Amino acid sequence: MDDPLANAAARDNVLARVRHALRRTGPDPNRAAAAVAYVARHVHGPRSAMPADLAARFVERAQDMSSTLECVAHRRAIPAAVRRYVDALRIEGADRAGVCWPEFADLDWAGAGLQIECRPTSGGDRLGITGAWCAIAETGTVVVLSGADTPTGTTLLPDTHIAVVPATRLVSGMEEMFALLRAERGRLPRAINMISGPSRTGDIEQTIVLGAHGPFRVHILLLD
Amino acid sequence: MHVASMHFVRRAHDKLGDAGLQKNLGTFKTRFVGARARAITELDDFEGTREAAREIRQRALDNLDTYLEMFEKNATANGATVLWAETPADVNRLVLAIAAKHSVRKIIKSKSMVSEESALDHAIEAAGLSVVETDLGEYILQINDYEAPSHIVGPALHKSKEEVSDLFAKRHGTARKTDIGELCMEARQVLRQHYLSADMGVSGGNFFVAETGSVVLVTNEGNATLTTTLPRVHVAISGIEKIVPTMEDVATLMRLLARSATGQSISNYVDILTGVRGAGEFHGAGHMYFILVDAGRTGVLDSDLRAALRCIRCGACMNHCPVYQNIGGHAYGWVYPGPIGSVLTPMYVGLENALPLPHASTLCNQCGVVCPVKIPLPDLLRTLREKQVERGLRPWSERAGFRLWSWVAQRPALYALGTKIAARALRWMGGADGYIRKLPLAEGWTSGRDMRAPPGKTFRELYAQSKRN
Repeated sequence: MDDPLANAAARDNVLARVRHALRRTGPDPNRAAAAVAYVARHVHGPRSAMPADLAARFVERAQDMSSTLECVAHRRAIPAAVRRYVDALRIEGADRAGVCWPEFADLDWAGAGLQIECRPTSGGDRLGITGAWCAIAETGTVVVLSGADTPTGTTLLPDTHIAVVPATRLVSGMEEMFALLRAERGRLPRAINMISGPSRTGDIEQTIVLGAHGPFRVHILLLD
Repeated sequence: MHVASMHFVRRAHDKLGDAGLQKNLGTFKTRFVGARARAITELDDFEGTREAAREIRQRALDNLDTYLEMFEKNATANGATVLWAETPADVNRLVLAIAAKHSVRKIIKSKSMVSEESALDHAIEAAGLSVVETDLGEYILQINDYEAPSHIVGPALHKSKEEVSDLFAKRHGTARKTDIGELCMEARQVLRQHYLSADMGVSGGNFFVAETGSVVLVTNEGNATLTTTLPRVHVAISGIEKIVPTMEDVATLMRLLARSATGQSISNYVDILTGVRGAGEFHGAGHMYFILVDAGRTGVLDSDLRAALRCIRCGACMNHCPVYQNIGGHAYGWVYPGPIGSVLTPMYVGLENALPLPHASTLCNQCGVVCPVKIPLPDLLRTLREKQVERGLRPWSERAGFRLWSWVAQRPALYALGTKIAARALRWMGGADGYIRKLPLAEGWTSGRDMRAPPGKTFRELYAQSKRN
């Protein structure tokens, strides 16, 4: 039997119709070269001016997107900051338990009265503690990249996502994030997830409800 | 999806008389419009960004062959499989073939309007597999026996919370909730189980990035992120026109997409997905497929309506359309409602199957003014009207009427006599108060409003008179 996914004929037909529509008989080397050259230039569109203090802009826009924030002075202070945050939520049940990315496995979670395990989650965990690859000041966005030590689900499945964002990793816009990716990584990860506040829906009568599928809360610890 | 666009006029009348729908449309009319107006002021150069977005999309279309091949090459190099669908039926066939290859039993979907074109969910169920829509609006419609979406961003905006309450109580077998927050939590719990147990995720694609072979997915609910993170197979389906050359182009377009759609500065979740799960990665699909869909796109590319393919599906044109605001999306009778739908539907399903749609507009150009990629929607609607005339698709009475008018208009003396009689007749019909309440051959106009009677003399007579004075 033919492979149901054999698709070369459809591909050729579609491309032939595209070329016919563009009045080309085949690949046009000059035009194609110009189109390829455009890609290599990585042209920016018009940009809004960003303040010199990117952190202030980031905090303001993250709050606009319903994230909450706290600044922490050093890594060791993270568990206590998380504890303060979950206590302030006053939610019944086991909100002191959850999972974290390996980069935070060494922190003294138990000392802060938290039960944080270093493992990926398959759902059912209350807290998900992650780092951030970078963060975008223009929109208050936390950027995470998928990888063996950065399981995506930790940002998504727990009720509360706590993201540790080093202030040194703040960039002004999405363009600077892409430039950083090209500089620091040879190839793209499977997923670049840009997170701007908690999961929300407005699908019933345009009324905004947080926690549609993903976290109800996104709390950002901005690490100096 | 079944095409019901020929019933536009009757359905529009029904929708105007539907008190429930009119109430639901009440809040809709102002909320998105106001939010967008505020959000665009956040950009230092909104109009410049809009022009840049127009150029980006037009460049992609004018070089579509180059960028499609670039996309295919890069996506393949990153471990994805790129498939091409010539027709809506091909989309369904390919999805089912992928499902069979990977022994898939349950499919979850994040919103894909292209899959609505092919009624993919019906094809999946007909093949004995299960499918669950995860966008809350789409889910509500799915459990209401696949009711048609009425808006491309908020597919169930035509429904009231009471309707959703009844539906959830019936389908979930739970106590009836009346609070919108509680309804959303109930849906969250039901859908969470589906996310965790699905074998394959099907998403749309807001953009396909040529330089990297990536798909960009934009949601507020995070449902596309879950759909593409948890199952072991991911299929991204979108039209061939959704290609953009670079990541920087995505950045520019993202400054406009959410602002134009809902008035947000950015959507809560923007995902850029490239290839398959890496070594040691816990989450992410191990198999990734792209389905690039033609299904009429090349026909539009090859027409004087090419600009319509610049569309980034923000929904601003329908949010701002006085016709859409008053009748909602169902009357348009296919997948895409509002002004962009009135352009795309005839091109995708056939001019003769959607005759009323190019006329479902006052050409007020609200849509053209707000379109983030500057699609000249009124011009395109007018072009479609012309095509209807060229192809002899207008009713005989209209054609005969215009022929008669054209014959008379070419004979100045006859024209002067005709207008002289008509002006006096209209004056006479206006009676003492000067208003015409019923006009033969134009009852549709006078049934909703009175027409001011002309003064009884033609312009030419008045002009000649003023010259004499």
